[in-house]
Amino acid sequence: MTAEREHLRIGFIPLADAASLFVAVDKGFAAQEGLNVELVQEVSWSNVRDKLNIGMFDAAHLLAPIAVASSLGVGHVKTPIVAPYNLAMNGNAITVSPALHEAMRARLDGDALNPLATARALARVVADRKAAQAEPLTFGMTFPFSGHNYQLRYWMAAGGVDPDEDVRLVVLPPPYMVGSLAQGHVDGFCVGAPWNSVAVDLGVGHILHFSVELFSRCAEKSLAMRESFALEHPNVVAALLRALRRAARFIAEADPHEIAALLARPDRVGVGADVILRTLQGRLKIAPDGATRENARYLLLGQEGAERPDPTQAAWLYAQMARWGQAPVSSALLDAAKAVFRPDLFDATLPAAPRSGDAISAFCGPKFDDRDLDAYLSAFPIRRTP
Amino acid sequence: MKIVIVDESPVRAAILEDGLREAGFTNVERIAEMRSLLARIYAIDPDVILIDLENPSRDILEQMFQVSRAVRRPVAMFVDQSDAASIQASVDAGVSAYIVDGLKKERIKSILDLCVSRFNAFSRLQDELARAKSEIEERKTIDRAKGLLMKAKNLSEEDAYRLMRSTAMREKKKIFEIAQAIITASELFK
Repeated sequence: MTAEREHLRIGFIPLADAASLFVAVDKGFAAQEGLNVELVQEVSWSNVRDKLNIGMFDAAHLLAPIAVASSLGVGHVKTPIVAPYNLAMNGNAITVSPALHEAMRARLDGDALNPLATARALARVVADRKAAQAEPLTFGMTFPFSGHNYQLRYWMAAGGVDPDEDVRLVVLPPPYMVGSLAQGHVDGFCVGAPWNSVAVDLGVGHILHFSVELFSRCAEKSLAMRESFALEHPNVVAALLRALRRAARFIAEADPHEIAALLARPDRVGVGADVILRTLQGRLKIAPDGATRENARYLLLGQEGAERPDPTQAAWLYAQMARWGQAPVSSALLDAAKAVFRPDLFDATLPAAPRSGDAISAFCGPKFDDRDLDAYLSAFPIRRTP
Repeated sequence: MKIVIVDESPVRAAILEDGLREAGFTNVERIAEMRSLLARIYAIDPDVILIDLENPSRDILEQMFQVSRAVRRPVAMFVDQSDAASIQASVDAGVSAYIVDGLKKERIKSILDLCVSRFNAFSRLQDELARAKSEIEERKTIDRAKGLLMKAKNLSEEDAYRLMRSTAMREKKKIFEIAQAIITASELFK
């Protein structure tokens, strides 16, 4: 490593799942690897994507599906992006208004912890509203190419609700989610931490499910960079990966209060440390009356090999794009999607890291197999593919 | 051609709208209310949408590219690979454009160039405003320190100022910093 520090501009959205990036910079791990990282806070995923694409950022905390979509040229300009490190898995939740929660509870047949039971309850509520000629329900999510969009769609479609026909799905910036729920502009949403907890704390939302209850492992945020940048700066990529690895370990071993305090800073996530602590510990208040639910796998940062990018995850994200008509079905696109996640770059730097576990594991539906995408997709009665 | 400006800053939106009108684009609508943004846009049915990059609602616009029955016309993002320089310029200036597919590129280019120059003019204006404000603050501080010196040392206004200036030169500081020190000291001696 040269004495001169490499200057890197990395864009992020203020969310708890960028924790490894924050810790790598704020605890000096990046500097110890010879990197001078400038973290730049952004207000929209579109901005992060565009600034990464045109070279104003060297790397970014990015929704994993955007990395895939950019590389495929789906929905936007085609820019080859690679993801050599997975910043986070899981971490989202579905929250509904007290009114919808009550309506679903009345129509629930089974265990409220079972996503299939709640999805069927939602289908009955949707049918009731149709019969009464009421407005369709509206759900918010953060971006067309996002785990939130796919998780919400997968869940409701499992119960028989067509997300394009039976309800309205709208994009909302995360900071607007809670206000929109409180004012009745949306009846529910799927978003990452801390916004579900904020809604519950304000008494305007009930958390129905953690995303980990729908999918055991789901790639959420990537460390993304242009393919050309990764090719031209292999040493910088390796140094950044080592720093992130140390950060992920630090998060696993340090006092969670310290991490929460660091993340709470206004130039990082900028919400109360107590809310962030609940996220990190996977112990969330799910109802305004104070009921809590716990899941140690709620948000995976470095645990269980979550850091190592798994091409099967990229394939699954592409399959969701195909299922919902965002991308055509083709084996060439499937291969291109898988090539976005780069375990080879990861292994070249962090050879001793644990391998990823089983991909996806959905709460219902066919087992995901990217060797037969057509069979996988046609197993879903509700889909946009031919 | 119908143009929509999505900007929460009313001043900047007005500056941009004026520029567009001067350039002959008379059909311009401004949206400052981010609630029901898409519904408004669908109702207006514009050919071009201009949005500032500080606006989190930009992600909402991305939904327009999705296959959806709500969209009456496909809208595509202007940024295409062939024009890297103007993309860079617009992102630098803090503005982004969305256009209806099939619109002539030269026409878009002139609109975007206008946006970039107006956005840059707006931020220059803000810088100047901030600088003017701080200059006024500095002058006030210097005047206050001068008054304190005149009273404490029974000096004329001119001598008080001269004393501050010579002290500043000797200590290689700005006269404003000396004035601040005088005010701080006088408050301690109160």
